[in-house]
Amino acid sequence: MRRSLLFIPGNNPSMLQNSDVFEADSIIIDLEDAVNITEKDSARNLVKSYLNTKKKFNSEMIVRINGMDTKYYQDDLNSIVSDQIDAIMLPKASSQNLAKLDEILTEIEGKNHLTKRIKIIPIVELASSLIEVNSIASSKRVDGILLGAEDFTSDMEVYRTKEGKEISYARSAIAVASVANHIEAIDTPFTDVNDFIGLEEDIKNSLQLGMKAKAAIHPNQIEIINRMYAPTPDQIVWAKQIMAALENANKNKLGAFSVNGKMVDKPVIERASKILKKAEIFNID
Amino acid sequence: MIGIAGTLESNDCIITIKDSDKLEITIESIVYDYFKEQIEAVILETLKEYKLDCVSVLCQDKGALDFTIKARLITAIERMK
Amino acid sequence: MKNSLNREILEGYRPFKNSNDYLNHKSEYQKMNEKSQSSEVIFLKDIDDLFNNLIKDNMTISFHHHLRNGDGVMNLIIDELTKRNIKNIHLASSGIFPNNDISLIKAIENETITNITTNYLNGKSSELIGHNQLKGLIVLETHGGRARSIESGDLLIDLAIIAASCLDKKGNATGIIGKNACGVLGYAIPDLHYAKKVVVISDTLVDKLDKYEIDGKYVDYCLLVDSIGDSKGIISGTTNITKDPVGLKIARDATKLLLELGVIKDGFSMQTGAGGTSLAVASYIKKEMIRLNVKGSFASGGITSYFVDMLHEGLFDHLEDVQCFDLDAVKSSLADKNHLMMDASKYANPYYLPNPVVNDLDLVVLGATEIDLGFNVNVVTDSFGKIIGGSGGHSDTANGAKITMITTSLIRARIPVIKEHVTTISTPGEDVDILVTDRGIAINPKRNDLIEKLKDSKLNIMPIEKLLDLAHSITGVPKKIELGDRIIGLVKYRDGTIIDSIRNLK
Repeated sequence: MRRSLLFIPGNNPSMLQNSDVFEADSIIIDLEDAVNITEKDSARNLVKSYLNTKKKFNSEMIVRINGMDTKYYQDDLNSIVSDQIDAIMLPKASSQNLAKLDEILTEIEGKNHLTKRIKIIPIVELASSLIEVNSIASSKRVDGILLGAEDFTSDMEVYRTKEGKEISYARSAIAVASVANHIEAIDTPFTDVNDFIGLEEDIKNSLQLGMKAKAAIHPNQIEIINRMYAPTPDQIVWAKQIMAALENANKNKLGAFSVNGKMVDKPVIERASKILKKAEIFNID
Repeated sequence: MIGIAGTLESNDCIITIKDSDKLEITIESIVYDYFKEQIEAVILETLKEYKLDCVSVLCQDKGALDFTIKARLITAIERMK
Repeated sequence: MKNSLNREILEGYRPFKNSNDYLNHKSEYQKMNEKSQSSEVIFLKDIDDLFNNLIKDNMTISFHHHLRNGDGVMNLIIDELTKRNIKNIHLASSGIFPNNDISLIKAIENETITNITTNYLNGKSSELIGHNQLKGLIVLETHGGRARSIESGDLLIDLAIIAASCLDKKGNATGIIGKNACGVLGYAIPDLHYAKKVVVISDTLVDKLDKYEIDGKYVDYCLLVDSIGDSKGIISGTTNITKDPVGLKIARDATKLLLELGVIKDGFSMQTGAGGTSLAVASYIKKEMIRLNVKGSFASGGITSYFVDMLHEGLFDHLEDVQCFDLDAVKSSLADKNHLMMDASKYANPYYLPNPVVNDLDLVVLGATEIDLGFNVNVVTDSFGKIIGGSGGHSDTANGAKITMITTSLIRARIPVIKEHVTTISTPGEDVDILVTDRGIAINPKRNDLIEKLKDSKLNIMPIEKLLDLAHSITGVPKKIELGDRIIGLVKYRDGTIIDSIRNLK
């Protein structure tokens, strides 16, 4: 369960060492687009060194490796797969390369005696990946899916707009596949870092279609993202009502029951329970 | 053979390593008075890990933390080879 | 000898006791007589006229710093002093900036200037001074303390030179209008009233000024020059809201804390320092004031466009302005009737009657170079002992305000801002209540009232010792460095006592 994921360039010591200050639920350390080709080795070593500074980090630690169509990804994985990270973010994901990545991760986990199972967050950023989004969502280790709108619109040869009509279907498809596979869809970053009103509108659009989190390319976006993807006070009040009514129904051995004139069945209870769980994780009253 | 890695951005450093007839470490740092010994210790420890003793290392530092100095040195060593 | 904060100070000076000790000396405080007023004003021909008749060795000459890094008058006079080989001048300027470097360094090397009293020093000249090249001492006062010194006669000024952007035929002058307008000349007022002789230097002459803060009745001489400097230089780069995400995070947390303390409410008053993070706090406070429909009473200090906007939007009833940090503030000081001027004494002199403005502050948000486990703050030197600023209004506002909040990143270029003991004390810990950093918040244990209010807070509040440990876990423990063994300057507290000494650089 995450709301915000902050991209941090992997070759930048200043940003790495400050990354934990911004209260993002997850940090995505980027070895891919944020790192110049000539500095891939530098970044890898720096990230590995940084990850070794702590036994445990306060946020979820994700590393975006270079694509499996490059010569860098194998060294990336050998360097950084360790107990200090939680997930690998895979660019240009397909069900095929996800299967291969799963194998490589199993191998490294065994060799290095990891105590945890590394998750994968695939980035859907090609038309071909979107077509097989259900297969991607059901792949091993996959814990969430990120929409990469820049590359996706590039692949589609259309233009990105703030309104986002051109990525509407992609958002929906990813959100639906995610729900069906009990994982959470992560929305693409909003690239105008000075436009906070635009950011809020963009988030509203993504929430409406069922996305549960958003990646950020600038720390200043985190507060808004955290607030908007968290349960609202109204939702929390509602969820508490449902759970109280459930407790009451169980106590009095009632079969069916209703709240505010609406029937409360299993999906409603699950939804309420999830809201309260999120409120707890995100430390909201 | 020479290896260079890093930048002069804030909190970073440039490490330059060359073959030499003896071990030489030169540090130029904006926090020299406070952290010279610590920077030197990180460099020495890392050189030991890589079993290097006939090298000259120049560290031009802008307040890099230990993990950065170590990483830049390792990259410089790898590039030297 | 040692003062109450265990700092070594020179013999023959009064040691700092505590920040409210001035209350025990109220009856002893005697203002000098103001200089006699006269409607006569002599217009000097040129700079030679000024020097031939009025300036000689061993004088104390004062300047204000309202043109900040755009000043041309102080440089003009200092250059002429050096050229004429005048010796042993005590420079009493309320502020010294990098654009004074060249002139000042030459004058110091030539022993033309041998003593300096100032509230702020930044630039290469501080390196020269740090290497003991100034023959006498450098004394750092606070804004309020300098006013006190001048009014009481502790600092006797032979000649006050007041740069003004506009002058009239009667010797009335102002900084609010003219081609090099710099805003109200608040720091020059004590000099105007108590110096033996006063010279106004301007580049713009009009027949009659309707509005002026320099009263011609106190002015002895006037001199017109081609240009008093460049008013664009008053924008110093520290007067913009920070864009640094770490600074913005600190500002957000600081504002959350203030909300939890219930500080932002109708009638409240505030001041911020001119730093980027302090201004970011002001902008977040503004958002909250709008959300909560709060109207404050006043904002004070060096005024920037951000506070002018708040005035225009009805968020404050009035502004109390001692200097203008940017050109929008200058414009507003002329146009807005609720943009009021305060002179340095009214602003921060502890002995101002009935009370200086700082005593009416509910909140002040300030920066720090260093802060220690006793909450003592250093804004005078960097961590190597070099003078990089000065108290300015720091100690004054910290003492007067009900809540004093310091905002700073925990670590700057590997050096923790928190130390066991600061390199140089300028503001005593008893007046500092809250420290907000990017990695945690510390409350002065003296403030049980604030600690109590925050006991259910979700903010990351911890003892300052823990915050220091946290810094060390990131940077490593810095070596303790030795400062020089010669005392080359004094940090004077606002009541005239010495709170710390400045040592030479190694």
